[in-house]
Amino acid sequence: MTTETETGRARPEAIKAVPVRHPGRWVAIAVLTVLVAMFLHLVLTNDRFNWRFIFVSMGEGKRGAMFTGPVLEGLRGTLLLTVLAMLIGVGLGIVVAIMRLSTNPILSSVAFVYTWVFRALPRLVLAILFGNLGILWERIGFGLPFDQQIGNLFGIHDLNAQFYSIKATDLLSGFLAGVLALGLSEAAYMAEIVRAGIQSVDEGQSEAASALGLSRGQVLRRIVLPQAMRVIVPPTGNETIAMVKDTSLVAFVPVTFELFFQLQAISSRTFVVLPVLIAACLWYLIICSVLMVVQFFVERYFSRGYGTAGKARMRLSGLAAEQGGAAPTPGPGGAGI
Amino acid sequence: MTDEMVRAENVHKSFGSLEVLKGIDLVVRPGEVCCVLGPSGSGKSTFLRCINHLEKINAGRIFVDGDLIGYRERGGKLHELKEKEVAAQRRAIGMVFQRFNLFPHMTVLQNVMEAPCRVKRENKNEVRDRAAALLDRVGLADKIDGYPSQLSGGQQQRVAIARALAMRPKLMLFDEPTSALDPELVGEVLDVMKDLARDGMTMVVVTHEIGFAREVGDSLIFMDGGVVVEQGPPREVIGNPQQERTQAFLSKVL
Repeated sequence: MTTETETGRARPEAIKAVPVRHPGRWVAIAVLTVLVAMFLHLVLTNDRFNWRFIFVSMGEGKRGAMFTGPVLEGLRGTLLLTVLAMLIGVGLGIVVAIMRLSTNPILSSVAFVYTWVFRALPRLVLAILFGNLGILWERIGFGLPFDQQIGNLFGIHDLNAQFYSIKATDLLSGFLAGVLALGLSEAAYMAEIVRAGIQSVDEGQSEAASALGLSRGQVLRRIVLPQAMRVIVPPTGNETIAMVKDTSLVAFVPVTFELFFQLQAISSRTFVVLPVLIAACLWYLIICSVLMVVQFFVERYFSRGYGTAGKARMRLSGLAAEQGGAAPTPGPGGAGI
Repeated sequence: MTDEMVRAENVHKSFGSLEVLKGIDLVVRPGEVCCVLGPSGSGKSTFLRCINHLEKINAGRIFVDGDLIGYRERGGKLHELKEKEVAAQRRAIGMVFQRFNLFPHMTVLQNVMEAPCRVKRENKNEVRDRAAALLDRVGLADKIDGYPSQLSGGQQQRVAIARALAMRPKLMLFDEPTSALDPELVGEVLDVMKDLARDGMTMVVVTHEIGFAREVGDSLIFMDGGVVVEQGPPREVIGNPQQERTQAFLSKVL
């Protein structure tokens, strides 16, 4: 950059203006500081929080409430429930979304009915319902559908064309019922999220891909879904975090292999209520923090080629500059669009 | 190879009650560049999209290199082709869109390699070499690892042309390839297309670039209201239009 233009005029001095002051912000900061101080004071000086009980020891040589064997086991159950329910939710959700967008009216109405029913039912009700499904059938198995009815048609009584069957109460009591209730409910929400994602991809993309000779499946897998992921990932992160917390509902199935149930068991045994609740809050906070970090990286992966990360950085540094911080520096991905 | 790369016979197309094409006939011979001119809404883009079956026609026939597009005629009846068979027909027909439609989540090189690798299942290394050569040919050898969003409109459209060429098509369709570009970027895309025409590629080009049509086109059709109003050698149609409608259109765009 030269300081003289072609006309020979000197470049004027760069503007160094006095920034606008924001007295309101200073007042807000002062108020918040006082509130935070009050909160910390309450937390640290009130013995009833019983931090020792939470972290160090519950007495009688046992570890703190957060770290006892049953609680850690419950934590494992909560994580497992979350992962399995989300796997069912995302997998089935993609299938339902694709069915919903199908031109076949039967497929799309089946998908509609599915989302309609499972979004309407509360997860708590579903969990209890699934826990009690054993009342409906004695045994559950794979085989020829309507085998007994078909047998009657040909005059054979009690035709059994089941390859494999199991007592329903064994299968559906407990953990599996909980996973199914949460997973099937989640699939209904995920179907709507995936549908929105697929619809957000420009139609020109699938046109260009099919003009190149890609099959419909390839267009979906290679071109549409990867782009839809940009829209799908953030709400899926929300859903996952919500799922971590909703796993506490399976206590009503009943499932005992779960974090909140185990912590409540401690409080009903020891009559210590508040510290146990705090311990539960801390565990949920920790799990969700880890998930947020994971989400950040997944989002970054799927927004490659869009430069949105760079733009967000620019927006942030722009905000910083507004508040009298550093001048905005364009991020490396900020060029382009 | 037949001596007719594209043959359209009395093609009709409607969207609901709106009839967009009302009987289009057209023959494009191998190696020819056919330019399609006409006001917007005249059905020229729709006609182009019918040639590779992105739109289903309601009546008439379209043949590309002797193959009936989208259907099979058996016992006097037309049977719809399976999705796979339509895809196979499309492989031989390259298409370039007004809005480029590059895949934004893939690099420039991946955009060009996608179809040969996935559709024809060709050897990846060979495809990579060919893709790099094609990108070099359209003047983008240095942008291979960039993403589409980092390119200008003209560069994106040149990538789109390379992407279509990577499938070694026998016919190229261009749907207003320069209409979405800044005036100063139009030239670079037209240069690539001229180069293609010189190499003997058969092309059907829907365009508003009268200069390109006159210079490069072997034949020209002027469409309006879903019919071909006038056709002939570009110099004659542009220089001495016979129909009133053609004269009116050309007087506005020239």
